[in-house]
Amino acid sequence: MNGPFNTIDFAIRYGFLILMVGLVVFFSITAEGFLSPFSAVFILQSVAITGILALGVTATLVVGGFDLSIGAVATSALMLSAYVMVVWEMNAVTAVILCLLMGAGVGLINGLLIVKMKVPDLLATLGMMFLLVGLQRIPTEGNSISTGMALPDGSVAEGTFSEAFLMLGRHRIAFIVDDLVPLSVVFLLLIALLVWGFLELTRHGRLMYAIGSNAQAANLAGVNVNRYRLLAYMISGTLASVGGILLAARLGRGDVASGNNLLLDAVAAALIGYAVLGASKPNAFGTAIGALFVGILLQGLTMLNAPYYTQDFIKGAVLVIALVFTFALSGRNGRVRH
Amino acid sequence: MTEAAITVTGLHKAFGRNQVLRGVDMVIPVGQVTVLMGANGAGKSTLVKVLSGVHRADQGVILLAGQPYLPANPSAALRAGVVTVHQSINDGVVPDLDIASNLMLDFLADGSAMFINRRALRAQAREIAAAVGLTVDVTRRVSDLSLADRQRVAIARAMAHHPKLLILDEPTSSLSAAEAERLFALIDQLRAQGVAILYISHRMSDIRRLADRIVSMRDGAISGLTEGPKLDYTGAVRAMLGREMTDVDLAIPPRGKVVLQATGLQLRPGSRPFDLICPENEVIAVVGLVGAGKSDLASVLYGLAKPVGGRLTLDGAAYAPRTPAEAIAAGVFMAARDRLINAVVPDFNITRNLTLPFLRRHSRVQFLRTKSETITARRMISEMGVVCQSANDPILTLSGGNQQKVMVARWMSQASRLLILDEPFQGVDIQARRDIGAKIRATANTRATLVLVSELDEAFEVADRILVLSEGSLVGEHRNENINMARLMAEMTDAPGQTAGQHS
Repeated sequence: MNGPFNTIDFAIRYGFLILMVGLVVFFSITAEGFLSPFSAVFILQSVAITGILALGVTATLVVGGFDLSIGAVATSALMLSAYVMVVWEMNAVTAVILCLLMGAGVGLINGLLIVKMKVPDLLATLGMMFLLVGLQRIPTEGNSISTGMALPDGSVAEGTFSEAFLMLGRHRIAFIVDDLVPLSVVFLLLIALLVWGFLELTRHGRLMYAIGSNAQAANLAGVNVNRYRLLAYMISGTLASVGGILLAARLGRGDVASGNNLLLDAVAAALIGYAVLGASKPNAFGTAIGALFVGILLQGLTMLNAPYYTQDFIKGAVLVIALVFTFALSGRNGRVRH
Repeated sequence: MTEAAITVTGLHKAFGRNQVLRGVDMVIPVGQVTVLMGANGAGKSTLVKVLSGVHRADQGVILLAGQPYLPANPSAALRAGVVTVHQSINDGVVPDLDIASNLMLDFLADGSAMFINRRALRAQAREIAAAVGLTVDVTRRVSDLSLADRQRVAIARAMAHHPKLLILDEPTSSLSAAEAERLFALIDQLRAQGVAILYISHRMSDIRRLADRIVSMRDGAISGLTEGPKLDYTGAVRAMLGREMTDVDLAIPPRGKVVLQATGLQLRPGSRPFDLICPENEVIAVVGLVGAGKSDLASVLYGLAKPVGGRLTLDGAAYAPRTPAEAIAAGVFMAARDRLINAVVPDFNITRNLTLPFLRRHSRVQFLRTKSETITARRMISEMGVVCQSANDPILTLSGGNQQKVMVARWMSQASRLLILDEPFQGVDIQARRDIGAKIRATANTRATLVLVSELDEAFEVADRILVLSEGSLVGEHRNENINMARLMAEMTDAPGQTAGQHS
């Protein structure tokens, strides 16, 4: 739009994508075996769950909110699905439905706390996070759930994770090579496409962006602001429970200690998404790219034998750089004039 | 020739490719009020921001009391003695602190002492407050004060620096007439003390009351100057617009059928109920002082508040909207006042701002049809004469007047039964104001139109009929020809009960 070639504009728009391509090239040269379908699939699999969670957070960011409870919702779904199948000995469909309802329900409560009780979003979802982290440990007195475990009442859990449920996390679909693409990656791509379409192509997505930019103006333009904010938190809760289901299916047990990094990684992916294509706003495409970026970086470093404990630091550094791209550079180019 | 407080020579400033100031030369003498007039986008705000240290000039020389003046940031400008009171009053105060802390804020920020001596702070604050006639308890929180008093705090804070130049940017835009008069008295007092004052306003009444000299600005340069005992106001407006401004010639058309009817409408507990009829093909201006009930009326009609009593009908059917969405569905639209707070979606471009309330009409099975949106946006941009590069321009790249045109166009892009325009001329220059007014009148034949304004001139330019509100009730009604000004003014300022609501 601005006619002559502008380096800063170009950097803001394509900087992050170029950086990502650069990373792929770098790792392809330095790390043997990085450039293979298996490595690519491994990266996708490692980002599938955080990517799904990040897409949920994106929905709340769009309406100007934030959801810190997603990690806890995911681990709650993990524990709930295990409890349903192992202790109650119910089938996979029931487990999945209950988890999804739980996620949507938590999202609804988050939304009501924020919309009706006027609790600030960060505090409401932080409180919900603590609540869930505690709640998911109560039924088993803090133990992980697996077949054969002793229950508080003295009996032994006889149920098992059903094969159908485990497929969700472990099954691989033939694509060029046999058993290549994990089902969870298909879910990620599907959900990313749905969220992107919803936010970019439907009027509901447009109205949600309007709310995030100026809620008062949206209200005066006849938008039911509260309903859309509730909807955003319900999307976030539901997607977080999907992430939890996939995690449970991959692990095959209700592990109390897993999922610690989910919140951090998902939020990082969503915020990195601001910088992709110079969007300067939460967006589904950016979030997916952000999750992928983190995945590529960590996979490459792992193949170069970088120690595991440097990972969090590197993720943090990437996030900070992305935020600089978004806010400092696009701010300098100046929206505000006169 | 009096002494110059500030002399500006050959000032240039560009943002990217957009050359905003193209060689500004001006002198602001001490002890006088210099009014700066200019259309939206002429570069007034940029000039002020250069003077107050927000932006740095690309080229040019500024002398402050004969010394070169190049402020690196706003606090450097403040220390040098150039003080700015902004349009949005809350920019000048910290609402959560008490008055004393607000008044002393710059000294607190500059000082080196770690601890605060509260008693000394308050004593000093009281002195500063008294100097501008602010007689309130300095321990009160600023958030508890009226807008006028907050502004006074901002000015008092500015005066504590013994400024050489005081810049006031649209200071009366949120004030009632009485509050504005108090501000003018303060400005008179400061002028007598020898402070140079640069006053920026679109309001002719302010300008007539205060100006010693008028500088007109157009396209980033000074285009006219009038000073001396008899100021040439029409010349100043001509210099600002680059051509003659003619009076609005207004023919009152016959009324159509009744759209909105209010019976026994009571806006506030204790206010007198009144009746109201809004027919098609009539533009009704509602005037009244701040707090007279204009906003209450708009809120009731637009579903933001319930009336205390009375009933409304729209095209003969009962009408009791509970939300703006219900009002819009019934065909009652409202362009809200204070566009940056209530109307503009800053992250959206012109098209998306325009179509926001009517997305259902621009979508098929929930999916947006961007083509349909673009067609509407292009049509409205050309009908309203919005100056822009394309319909995809971010809304904030437009000047204030053009933003306002987009906000009014938003509600004219679809047919309505009743269109309420709350302060549609707020902060726009006279040309944009005429454009918007003409557009309102040209499209009025298929709907009822209510325009809420606080400036009488605006009502005279746009309305067929003028209603006067006072203390939440209708106290007067005038056909817009040969208006009895004395009676109109009396109705605006008197309490209801003393004035009979006679029809003229």
